[in-house]
Amino acid sequence: MGKSVSTTEFNEMLKTLAGEYRIFAPKRFVHHGKCTGTDLIRYGEVHSLDEIEYKAKSNFSLKEILHPINQTIFYFTETEFSEPATENKGIVIFARPCDINGVFRLDNIFLHNGDEEDYYYKKPRDKVRFVMMECTVGFENCFCVSMDTNKSDDYHMAVRFGGEEYLLDIRDQFFIDVLEGVGEDIEFTPDFIKRNRVEVRLPEIDRMPPAMYDHEMWDEYSTRCIACGRCTTTCITCSCFTTTDIANEDNPKQGERRRTWASCHIEGFTDMAGGHGFRKKNGEKMRFKTLHKIYDYNRRFGKGPMCVGCGRCDDACPVYISFSNCINKVTSYV
Amino acid sequence: MTLDINIGKVIKNAYRITSTRGLTALRVRIPGGHLETKYLDILKKIADDFGNGTLHMTTRQGFEIPGIDLKRIPEINQRIGPVIQGIEIDTAGIDISEPEAGYPAAGTRNIASCIGGRVCPFANCDTTDLAFKIEKKVYPNNFHVKIAVTGCPNDCIKGHLHDFGIIGLCEPVYDYSRCIGCGACSNNCRAVATGALILKNGKIRRDERRCIGCGECVLQCPTAAWTRNPMKFYKMVIMGRTGKKNPRIARPFLIWVNESVVMDVLTNTYQYIDKYINKSLPKEHVGYIVDRTGYPTFRDFVLDGVKLNPEAKLSQHINWGGYENASYLFIK
Ligand code: SF4
Ligand code: SF4
Ligand code: SF4
Ligand code: SF4
Ligand code: SF4
Repeated sequence: MGKSVSTTEFNEMLKTLAGEYRIFAPKRFVHHGKCTGTDLIRYGEVHSLDEIEYKAKSNFSLKEILHPINQTIFYFTETEFSEPATENKGIVIFARPCDINGVFRLDNIFLHNGDEEDYYYKKPRDKVRFVMMECTVGFENCFCVSMDTNKSDDYHMAVRFGGEEYLLDIRDQFFIDVLEGVGEDIEFTPDFIKRNRVEVRLPEIDRMPPAMYDHEMWDEYSTRCIACGRCTTTCITCSCFTTTDIANEDNPKQGERRRTWASCHIEGFTDMAGGHGFRKKNGEKMRFKTLHKIYDYNRRFGKGPMCVGCGRCDDACPVYISFSNCINKVTSYV
Repeated sequence: MTLDINIGKVIKNAYRITSTRGLTALRVRIPGGHLETKYLDILKKIADDFGNGTLHMTTRQGFEIPGIDLKRIPEINQRIGPVIQGIEIDTAGIDISEPEAGYPAAGTRNIASCIGGRVCPFANCDTTDLAFKIEKKVYPNNFHVKIAVTGCPNDCIKGHLHDFGIIGLCEPVYDYSRCIGCGACSNNCRAVATGALILKNGKIRRDERRCIGCGECVLQCPTAAWTRNPMKFYKMVIMGRTGKKNPRIARPFLIWVNESVVMDVLTNTYQYIDKYINKSLPKEHVGYIVDRTGYPTFRDFVLDGVKLNPEAKLSQHINWGGYENASYLFIK
């Protein structure tokens, strides 16, 4: 069902939602960017439309809402442990189509990988309602069309920003109820981007040729990549974490077990006790990430690539390594 | 006709007495060393029509137009008028009543700056912008003061060789919940700065007493756990100099001060000079005045009435150092 609502009406809706929902959207943090005078755009809780940055791509993805950067799993004392209190409110997320598709990739990893569902991911995930932000123009490094993630049907409501009125496509009874009697009924379905500036071709293969693992193309990345981890921390589909026990400094018998993002592109990720590590060279890290994103994931789940082409890795890389170009190189070599 | 000119007036008008009798050179101010190319056309024309067809880039980021006949100063002043109008009046906002009469003063030198935030990723401020704001505060003035602005503690402009080196600082703000303990910031701080960051139990602690505000940690962090405090801070190093008597590196005077403190201190410095300068000398650099009055007198005078922001810190004592430039210090 389509609707056209005014700014005031939209804000009223957000206010109503705020009672039972935490609302997340890309937010601009003015002058909090890396370089002086630049802004940081990342997800944060919003209460009104003017807080939502819908024009620019966020530097970080929405994954931090569902898979927090740090999460205390439990606190322990000598004899007992307790779980931290959890937020009971629901979650509304404003997201672009690529990122909604990204969350379904994360679902596969956390919920459909083996017999056990990841309890900590599932808890917030079950509470999510998506408001899809129509995205028809894209940005510098996006390649969602090549990854078939430029479209999504999996939204509860879609919104077109940028006009006098906000155009909504409401799919979910929940939002129908919230917007009962508000705005004007219209015909509206969101558009999707049809072509990105960047195009990527995936290899059409059943098995990765073993030669690809030792291919000399990876050597170049050893000389260029500085293993800073930005490509993976900004990525919507990178989901690795480590678990550590942090003991209280004064009383080491108390403490917490904490889960923290980790990444194949950060030094020490594969290090084991005794100091042995796999993939010492940064080109090997690049190979691991690339083949994981475009090949291993598909072999495991049979649902296409893991990468959704959001292009954040390329936006963030300080040494101008292009992941999309890396995929194209692999395709041209296999 | 034999030349009979008042060289005091000529020098104040930003022309020099040069090594060749009868010839002068015009000093063109370019605050922050950054200029629109349209001005180059004017400078080229003056150099071609009145000078010897060359331009000299000065160490203070201005231009000198050499080889000018002293007698033609009034004509050249007419021609430099649009540069003074565009840069000093329209951009810096300085009140100069007769731009076509040439530069009204030359004592306070061009405000130099590193390329700063408009280009350099390490910068903690827009140095060109600050250079213009300072230009407005201090120019025109005949007192001999050298000021430079630099975007970060790398001090590429070498503010440490100036009477005032203004250094842009970043206060890094830590978000515990975003830190993944990768150690990129702490390793880098140890390697390039002061080792102010310690990684412990997967989290970072910053020793505020060691941190110099370079902002490197913000640049390194992959999760934006470090961000910059949007408030801009500065360090002021003072009374560095080259020169024949006692060359020395400037010493820290104030750190973590805001822009208005910087401006107030500079303004007050001119009153300090006016009060303490040795009027029997043709000129006296501010550094030598501070040598005579001592640091506490300078400090108390220039901070009088200045509202320090809460983060500000002040040097209690300064050991000036430098060396005495005399031949007897050397042996054969
Ligand atoms: S690999 Fe790059 S383009 Fe693909 S999902 Fe991750 S950040 Fe986006
Ligand atoms: S962002 Fe670039 S340099 Fe950093 S780890 Fe990724 S590929 Fe390497
Ligand atoms: S002083 Fe700092 S900001 Fe200025 S050019 Fe050097 S590194 Fe860049
Ligand atoms: S601002 Fe510079 S000195 Fe201070 S903690 Fe960061 S890197 Fe270290
Ligand atoms: S660089 Fe960022 S994430 Fe890594 S240890 Fe430092 S603050 Fe934490």
